[in-house]
Amino acid sequence: MRIRCPYCGERDLSEFAYWGDGGYVRPDPHAHDPEFAYYTAVYLRDNPAGAHAEFWYHGIGCRSWLKVTRDTVSHRILGVEFAGARR
Amino acid sequence: MSGRRLPKGGLIARDRLLRFEFDGKKFEGFAGDTLASALLGSGVSLVGRSFKYHRPRGILSAGCEEPNALVELRDGARLEPNTRATVAELYEGLRARSQNRWPSLGFDLGAINSLLSPIFVAGFYYKTFMWPARWWEKLYEPLIRRAAGLGRLGHEADPDGYEKSHLFCDVLVIGAGPAGLAAALAAGRSGARVVLCDEDFLPGGRLNGERMEVNGEAGSSFAAKAVAQLRAMPEVTLLTRTTLFGVYDGNTFGALERLADHKPVPHPGEVRHRYWKIVARRTVLSSGAMERPLVFDGNDRPGVMLSSAVRSYLNRFGVTPGRRAVVYTTCDDGWRSAFDLIGAGVEVAALIDARSDVVDSLLTEAKRHDLPVYRGSEVVGTHGRLRLSAISMREAGGRSRRISADLLSMCGGYNPNIALSTHLGSRPQWDADLDAFTAGTLPAGMAIVGAAAGEFTLAGALKHGAAAGLEAVRALGFSATSAPKFSVEEEVPASNKLMVAPHGGAKAFVDFQNDVTRADIELAAREGFRGAEHLKRYTTLGMATDQGKTSALNGHALMAAFTGRATADLGTIGSRPPYTPVAIGALAGAHRGSMYRPVRLTPGHEWARAAGASFVESGEWLRAQWFNAPGDKDWFDSVVREVKGVRSSAGICDVSTLGKIDVQGGDAAVFLDRIYANLISTLPTGKVRYGLMLREDGMVFDDGTAARFAENHFVLSTTTANASRVMQHLEFARQVLWPALDVQLSSVTDQWAQFAVAGPRSREVLAEVLKDAFDCSNAAFPYLGCAQFAWRGRTARLYRVSFSGELAYEIAVPAGAAEECLEALKQAGAPFDLIPYGLEALGVMRIEKGHAAGGELNGTTTARDLGLGKLMSGKKDYIGRVLAERPGLIDPNRAVLVGVKPVNAASRLYAGAHFVARGTAPTLENDQGFVSSVGYSPSLGHWIGLGFLNRGASRLGERMLAHDPVRSGDTEIEITTPCFYDPDGERLRS
Repeated sequence: MRIRCPYCGERDLSEFAYWGDGGYVRPDPHAHDPEFAYYTAVYLRDNPAGAHAEFWYHGIGCRSWLKVTRDTVSHRILGVEFAGARR
Repeated sequence: MSGRRLPKGGLIARDRLLRFEFDGKKFEGFAGDTLASALLGSGVSLVGRSFKYHRPRGILSAGCEEPNALVELRDGARLEPNTRATVAELYEGLRARSQNRWPSLGFDLGAINSLLSPIFVAGFYYKTFMWPARWWEKLYEPLIRRAAGLGRLGHEADPDGYEKSHLFCDVLVIGAGPAGLAAALAAGRSGARVVLCDEDFLPGGRLNGERMEVNGEAGSSFAAKAVAQLRAMPEVTLLTRTTLFGVYDGNTFGALERLADHKPVPHPGEVRHRYWKIVARRTVLSSGAMERPLVFDGNDRPGVMLSSAVRSYLNRFGVTPGRRAVVYTTCDDGWRSAFDLIGAGVEVAALIDARSDVVDSLLTEAKRHDLPVYRGSEVVGTHGRLRLSAISMREAGGRSRRISADLLSMCGGYNPNIALSTHLGSRPQWDADLDAFTAGTLPAGMAIVGAAAGEFTLAGALKHGAAAGLEAVRALGFSATSAPKFSVEEEVPASNKLMVAPHGGAKAFVDFQNDVTRADIELAAREGFRGAEHLKRYTTLGMATDQGKTSALNGHALMAAFTGRATADLGTIGSRPPYTPVAIGALAGAHRGSMYRPVRLTPGHEWARAAGASFVESGEWLRAQWFNAPGDKDWFDSVVREVKGVRSSAGICDVSTLGKIDVQGGDAAVFLDRIYANLISTLPTGKVRYGLMLREDGMVFDDGTAARFAENHFVLSTTTANASRVMQHLEFARQVLWPALDVQLSSVTDQWAQFAVAGPRSREVLAEVLKDAFDCSNAAFPYLGCAQFAWRGRTARLYRVSFSGELAYEIAVPAGAAEECLEALKQAGAPFDLIPYGLEALGVMRIEKGHAAGGELNGTTTARDLGLGKLMSGKKDYIGRVLAERPGLIDPNRAVLVGVKPVNAASRLYAGAHFVARGTAPTLENDQGFVSSVGYSPSLGHWIGLGFLNRGASRLGERMLAHDPVRSGDTEIEITTPCFYDPDGERLRS
């Protein structure tokens, strides 16, 4: 597999580390019932067959965290972007 | 009689004689031969015994699909079992042995299995060895393992070298037959980077095996010229002896180049195989087609051969596999073999075509050669002991006939070789016109051409190959001219009718390699198996080294017929990488033994070596484990001496492997407050603080220190093991969780050498080294201070932290100054008997102090479990705060950190032992925790340990058993506080 890092260009899979569901958002710690919100965010994951946003880390490269949209059936990569706003 | 070398012809070098041995007998062949062609040319037709029934087997094919002719090649450490003789290139002195026979190939006692074949039917493993269960391991399995199976493994280490390499190209052409050569020529002329790979040592594919002409010359001459043209193109890479074995995601391909398998041994320093990882923008798959065997009783007897193989041996190798042939076919292509045999002067006794209708042109040519033709007829049996002597046939009218022959050329049509098109999960599709499966949805960027696409004529293959090559480079933006043109005699596409074997039973083989017969498939159908995948598991059809290359379609068509369905409806099985077997060594490449992974050395490594260090792997690092000094009897002596030396005077330890992360920015303190469970923002400049990181699930992730060198500048330390993971975690927090914060991170682990200077005299040693550079007195630089200053013209950093529990410092200098710093410390320390100490002594001292380390930070422990609950700040939010309060994690019954000591001071402790109450059985129900770290404490004079015990904090003084069934048995222990040494911390503040 190859991932086109927006900073470094297309690179081999071996340069990246997979983290998981790119839909993860850290819950507001001050929200109502934070325990349930964190439990949901940390443990409950969708496992779709098809397009799935995932976090990948370009550790052997620019150290950027990326959000890779990948088809989990065909493994085709549909899009890559920086996971966070860039300063 | 049997095969022989023809007096002329073939693409072999008749002036280069090669001697070889098979089963100890000496033979001769020529350069350009495979082992199979050389054996056939020497009159050998029996080369192996079959997997299950030990039936005599010969050579079926002339390619990588060979299921029968598997031999052991070479000897000793280079012994390689299951080598296909049909693709093994002959070299001087080659030694091969037949497999799966005892005592000899000609007389094999295992052949008795053939008489027992009624019990070796489909699913016999499941049926026969059901009861009693305990017999399985002791009796059935060893028995089966000895009787079945193919070659034996060599048991010595592989002496050969392997390597991995990357290759990037615009167009990858897989297979250098006519379609592939045309594609590569068309693409190469545009200047694009083209890679053409072919598994054979002679590119050309069927051009080398047929008597067909291109541009008015022999196909093989055309192929040689095309290869020369390609080699002259600077951007074209031609890889011969290279099998493209796998198609992977993202236009990535795996290929195996065999650089030295055609030599007696590799040259010194030469690698045997090279594993290519190829990244291609476009791919042209021109992998040809594979001939289908016909299924009838006795179709496995040596002398029965695929018709395309017969022509390869005749035309390419100048060998006839027999002297009196019968040709049996269900389609036009089989007739070619009859005509080629006649052309080579071999007698063809009969041509048997299962079809009644045959085109007139073939009948006319047969008549011209006086070839007896039997239409609408079938071969129903073969005769001969170790090789074919005659066949039995049934004529259209039902009359039986026996014809003597030592060669039966069979042709059941062709299957496009679409294996590589299915590696990414695409399902083959049934093509009713072709009577074969063709490629389904192709991987992005891949085109399939030639026979692989069902285009079986030479003219079509060349034309479509060229068009695909051109199309590929045009799509990539290369300005390509017109496609190369080839002049070839036009052929009418021949019929490719699939005949589903109407007769035959337990001797009608479908899968030669696994001894799966027509009867087995019938039985499987009768027992309710219907799908192709179930059929494979139940009968083993399509397993082992050939992965069903010749057997899959026949098997699936039979299953469809037995269950009253169309072959199209049953479907077939996609193939997986590797296409043909790949040596494990090639996948490992150079990464084995000491080269298994990179080794990181600290900047003080050479100094430590000179000081007598024994090193140990710690992640990627090599760290000094202890230092051997005169008088040390063993490592234990060294460790005890080092601990005593530090506790009584002073020692130095290389701690450069700890992760170091530089954190800067206006929001650095805010950021670190969210990262660590404890408060960092309140840390004054010039101070260092212990820091505990949790994961978001509330478990402890890592511990270390945070030092504040300026308002907006911190330097963190992490454990050695977690250094890169902490960096990844921090980057996630910075980039994804809180991108609005002004904070920058940099890993500086490799930039700084860092040494702990520990012991009651450490300040005196350090003062002598630093002199005027820095005042390290207790008043000027108290416990938990940090400072940066110039030392001998370099930047140095000093931290007053202690892992050992003694008065201690860590001094950091730029990596290049490591040895200078160590020498300075050594000289300054000489009056104080300063010693270097290693990881073991460090570990003992931290256990004496009750500090958590790897054994305790195991991913399942909380801050409270470790006795660090008071660090969890209530004044801020941080990663892990919310879930650390889950009921399960604050349960008062949880196992928490305790100290352990043996009741009998002479007893040794072992990590991993489990706590059980005295007088209770050591069961899971009675398990109360476990010992996580142990060491011999020279300070206390007995073994000590740390562990986790249910409600441990309230059980101090309790006596229990440490249960260790695999090493020491039960040891009586007493529960203590985790800190065994200077619990008030007076020494480290002194």
